[in-house]
Amino acid sequence: MIRGPILGGGWGLRALATVLAVAVLVAAIGVAVSIGEMAIPLATTFQALGNRLLGAGFALSPIQEGVIWDYRLSRAVVAACSGAALALSGAILQALLRNPLAEPYVLGISAGASTGAVAVMIAGFGGGAVSLSGGAFIGAVLAFALVSLLAAGAGGGTDRIILAGVAGSQLFNALTSYIVTTSANAEQARGVMFWLLGSLGGVRWPDAHVAAPVALAGFVICILHARALDAFTFGADAAASLGIAVTRVRLVLFGATAAMTATMVSIVGSIGFVGLVIPHAARFLVGPGHARLLPASAMIGAIFMVLADIVSRIIIPQQILPIGVVTALFGAPAFAIILYRARRTA
Amino acid sequence: MTIATHDVRWAAGGRMIVDGVTLAAEPGRMLGLLGPNGAGKSTLLRLICRLRRVASGVVTLGGADIAGLPRAAIARRVALVEQQAATDAQVTVLDVVRLGRTPHRGPLSPWTARDDAAVEDALLRMGMSGKRGQLWHTLSGGERQRAQIARALAQTPTELLLDEPTNHLDVQHQLEILALVGRLPATSIVALHDLNLAAMFCDAVALLRDGRVVCAGAPEEILTEAMIRDVFGVRAHVEVSPHHGRPHIHYLPG
Repeated sequence: MIRGPILGGGWGLRALATVLAVAVLVAAIGVAVSIGEMAIPLATTFQALGNRLLGAGFALSPIQEGVIWDYRLSRAVVAACSGAALALSGAILQALLRNPLAEPYVLGISAGASTGAVAVMIAGFGGGAVSLSGGAFIGAVLAFALVSLLAAGAGGGTDRIILAGVAGSQLFNALTSYIVTTSANAEQARGVMFWLLGSLGGVRWPDAHVAAPVALAGFVICILHARALDAFTFGADAAASLGIAVTRVRLVLFGATAAMTATMVSIVGSIGFVGLVIPHAARFLVGPGHARLLPASAMIGAIFMVLADIVSRIIIPQQILPIGVVTALFGAPAFAIILYRARRTA
Repeated sequence: MTIATHDVRWAAGGRMIVDGVTLAAEPGRMLGLLGPNGAGKSTLLRLICRLRRVASGVVTLGGADIAGLPRAAIARRVALVEQQAATDAQVTVLDVVRLGRTPHRGPLSPWTARDDAAVEDALLRMGMSGKRGQLWHTLSGGERQRAQIARALAQTPTELLLDEPTNHLDVQHQLEILALVGRLPATSIVALHDLNLAAMFCDAVALLRDGRVVCAGAPEEILTEAMIRDVFGVRAHVEVSPHHGRPHIHYLPG
């Protein structure tokens, strides 16, 4: 059986695919900005962007322009950044752990980040010295360390890490619930529970100013390690015998993954399955080589998340579904398909 | 000067797996590592390319202690083919062989004509040119082994380490691969189970038991009836083959 990736062709095709992906992302963000309680024509959306970015000077209602710029665009940008970062994290974890089911949510890293964020937010962990995303990062690293130790203690192997991730998720979710029920008042508890399901509701520009640099820096770090990740195809020993400094690469990339996940969780909550499903879709399109897989994952993740945000806002009239619910509705069946395919090829 | 180990030791779980091994490979020749299961052959190969760090002793590559060399510098000289390679990734034979160029490339340097030439040469030598587009999980055990050896050759190594390279191969490919490794200009160290194959192809052999070198030298000096009984615990009759002039071992029942 010879089956190459769909976009396996030369430079021309790749450039075309890149341009197309950027165009789709921009269009998706445009639609996301237009949709909402106040419907705004797509043309107005791009005029408003022209005004703010290029000083184009279109005459628009200041209310519409304010809604577009201050509420919806920041939200769409954060959605795109978090989608890109989570998809990248999934691609990295799948390569390093050599497990097609690995991703921050399944491995309990998101749960750890949630616990860390909640500990700062509600229990006052760090006494004001630790920021929300800092707490999330500490939680994410702790969760990942615990899950890795559990997996190693269970005899290592690529399958154990998923089981360890289940245990880790349960533990950290329980810790989060414990902190919320013992320390939070009713209003806080409701807010936290909604945020935990993944919500872009309160997102504004300051959040985008954190999410965008983290996603970009994460992407640069990952892409610089694309060849090292390829070398992990046959495992860590094979990578080492190809000259990869395995320990350093793992530390850098697990660190980048934890930082990206923690940042996104602290802003939009714990969103599952994006990191799992998107890298598989990207692999299907561009093949397993990470020099293409990582940019493709980031782009598709960004587009997927913006679209998921749109769906979350229009699927039930007058009500906004948590975006984590939407990604899970798409992600859980995809998880089943991946599981099924892994069984067939094993 | 090529690869040598000097009184190398390595322990796991409180047991010495490699216990004071001193060996030197001859440049351009094939050194066979022989011994029963658990003698420490695979571990020794891993210590030689620093996949494991020696507990004591020194491994030298071209006269330099490999403990002080960067990983990539070792990988540009020494290639390892492990006993079994497995992956779930949808990689083709060409993807696998191209991995061999990893230590020769920086994180951003483009693919060069030299990389291409090394990959093509490796595919050709292993007879895998026609299967370059085939997916890894559709290959037979022998084809996978040949793809991995081609990957190792694409590293353009001066030292080639092979752990049981004939394991999954049929007789024809066993002979072919060892003959091919023997013809390479690279120095090779090969862990083998089959004493007759070792006698036919190796320029020198080392007998290992319990992590120690029992004896080392030319196959006709080492593969004697007494030594085979001592190390492997089997009775054998050894004669010089009238067909290839190398020792041939007949195992005797009981």
